[in-house]
Amino acid sequence: MRLLKNGEFFEDTWLTLDNEEAVPQGADILVSAERLQAEFGTLMLHNGRLGVVVANDRAVDDIADYLEVIDTVVLEFPSFTDGRAYSQARKLRGSLKFRGGLRATGNVLPDQLAFMRQCGFDTFEVNGRFGLDVWQRAVTAMTLTYQGGYVPDRGFAPADVWSARAGNADDTLRSDFEEIWTA
Amino acid sequence: MYRYDEFDHRFVRERVGQFRDQVERRLGGELSEAEFKPLRLMNGVYLQLHAYMLRVAIPYGTLSSAQMRRLAEIADTYDKGYAHFTTRQNVQYNWPKLKDMPDLLDDLADVEMHAIQTSGNCIRNVTTDQWAGVAADEVADPRPVCELLRQWSSLHPEFSFLPRKFKIAVTGAPRDRAAVAVHDIGLRMHVNADGARGWEVLAGGGQGRTPMIAITVREFLPEAELLGYLEAVMRVYNLHGRRDNKYKARIKILVHELGADAFRAQVEAEYAKLGSPTVDVEQRELERISAYFAPPVYDELDETCVPFELAKNENREFAWWVKSNVSAHKVSGYAIVNISLKPTGGIPGDATSQQMFVVADLAEQYSHAEIRVTHRQNLVLPDVRLSDLYTLWIELNSAELATANVGLIGDIVACPGLDYCALATARSIPIAQDVSERFEDLKRQHDIGSLTINISGCINACGHHHVGHIGILGLDKKGEEFYQITLGGSSDENASIGTILGPGFAGDQVADAIETIVETYLGLRADDEPFIETYRRVGAKPFKEALYETA
Repeated sequence: MRLLKNGEFFEDTWLTLDNEEAVPQGADILVSAERLQAEFGTLMLHNGRLGVVVANDRAVDDIADYLEVIDTVVLEFPSFTDGRAYSQARKLRGSLKFRGGLRATGNVLPDQLAFMRQCGFDTFEVNGRFGLDVWQRAVTAMTLTYQGGYVPDRGFAPADVWSARAGNADDTLRSDFEEIWTA
Repeated sequence: MYRYDEFDHRFVRERVGQFRDQVERRLGGELSEAEFKPLRLMNGVYLQLHAYMLRVAIPYGTLSSAQMRRLAEIADTYDKGYAHFTTRQNVQYNWPKLKDMPDLLDDLADVEMHAIQTSGNCIRNVTTDQWAGVAADEVADPRPVCELLRQWSSLHPEFSFLPRKFKIAVTGAPRDRAAVAVHDIGLRMHVNADGARGWEVLAGGGQGRTPMIAITVREFLPEAELLGYLEAVMRVYNLHGRRDNKYKARIKILVHELGADAFRAQVEAEYAKLGSPTVDVEQRELERISAYFAPPVYDELDETCVPFELAKNENREFAWWVKSNVSAHKVSGYAIVNISLKPTGGIPGDATSQQMFVVADLAEQYSHAEIRVTHRQNLVLPDVRLSDLYTLWIELNSAELATANVGLIGDIVACPGLDYCALATARSIPIAQDVSERFEDLKRQHDIGSLTINISGCINACGHHHVGHIGILGLDKKGEEFYQITLGGSSDENASIGTILGPGFAGDQVADAIETIVETYLGLRADDEPFIETYRRVGAKPFKEALYETA
């Protein structure tokens, strides 16, 4: 699997550890929410980056206390029709004010990319089936939204169509998106 | 009514472009049917028994004459010269080809229409009172909020992959003509002691296999908090609604399994965490939208119109039509005209392109160029002068659109059933036609009075049989169609789910059974007591006895 972020593909250098696996020195690691809770004392001292995978039937509030030292949260789409992780993302970016990396994994398809970004995802675990052009087209097909959306480092901006109508055209999240993806 | 600005236009055009690309990828084999399915459904394209079907959204059931004309042209260009109006105030075409869909959608976009989210596990077309803005009993016109909800729910990033479809209905009047208590979310407008407007928020109503009446989640929500609060309700549902079983995935099951108090507590807890940083933007948008729904300029007219009264006295058929199809308007000297799409022996909700052109012209001539579609599959001309009623009636009559049966036994709601639908277990249309022919005599219909019959061709209940005063459900027993009858359903402010009377009937026995029920009612009713009140007074017993004694 590779990662898609800011309009480019990257190799995934993170290691996903199961609950029993020893923590390798210096690596960037992903652990389950259960392990994070159970071993937080030692995990927080780990000398690589720390990320957590939250299953989509689990409340993201469970990891609220750890978010300050978490670099990345991974949310799962077991099938593309299972939309629970959109709400999990929205809560993480909204009331929990998480500003780190937010990765979508599972059945991630180009036709959902715009929704995911709007809810706050910034990294996408994808297979090699679609070229970069397909992903970019998926993001730029619709240039307007009627809902608020997440702007990196800033939190949620109001609906861009409504903002534009109210005269705040610069406030639109889509212009930020396009800048990032076409840079 | 609402008009698109440059943003709305761009949004819909881009969506058509996106779908055009998806259709090309499908036709070229790049997308499998499994992958294409959710994409086409989000654009209203179903694959039915014989062909693709397109469901076009008519937001909150309001249409202009220009839009109705375009719908008629589409029926001629892409279909077989007719269209079907649905119980969700939408319109369906049964025969367009997949390769033509993008062009069809572009034709719709020309007149500010689309098919976005008329299917799929997302927020569907928001419905409301077909008399919104003109009803005599209205607190406020609910359509500005409906339009706000249309925009807010269009391609909602968080709520496009819900456990199941999601339907919202809104009423601005105490008499509920929008069936809010049998929707996933129902909104009812109230005015509090300080004169402020607010919403009663209901949730967890629904029909289908497990019919339920909604609970009230909030008695009185300040108007400006609506979108934030809906977001909280939707989020609780999206996170916790069941996804293990399609038939238990609607919000009603979540509400039922959690219990009303626990569900309310979860919503309130979610809402408390939200904060509402965008309320100002939403309020400004609502104000902008509201300006489009400012009432038209009405003439100052007397409450009574002498030529109209004379015409009623002289023409019995016209008088019947006025009695059943004309309703009170909030402005003196005006009336609401309900056009029946239920001619004797016809297919409920079907209209030919010719009839659609006629309705468009008549609306332009007599009703500020505005038309409504009702959830009982009829049409409405909302703003007609009393003095124009007779001429209008004659013109409607010559287009076979003046059947005087709105709200009566002939005004049958039916789903497409096994004649079209891939899910159906039995036919609905022939049953509707049979019953309609049995009660062809208008004098008899008027004597029977207010009575709704709803027919569904399977337990998914698209014909809303649970809330028909008489409900008919078509089932399959070892390859034979048979029909279960329920009594006592209602979708108004005293909503109730009908009770099954007993064993079902073969298709050719249904009209007899209905006749027995009606005759039993006529024998029991006190004065002008409507069917539903008699039923509520006497219960199912006398009907059961009459039905199964003779069966």
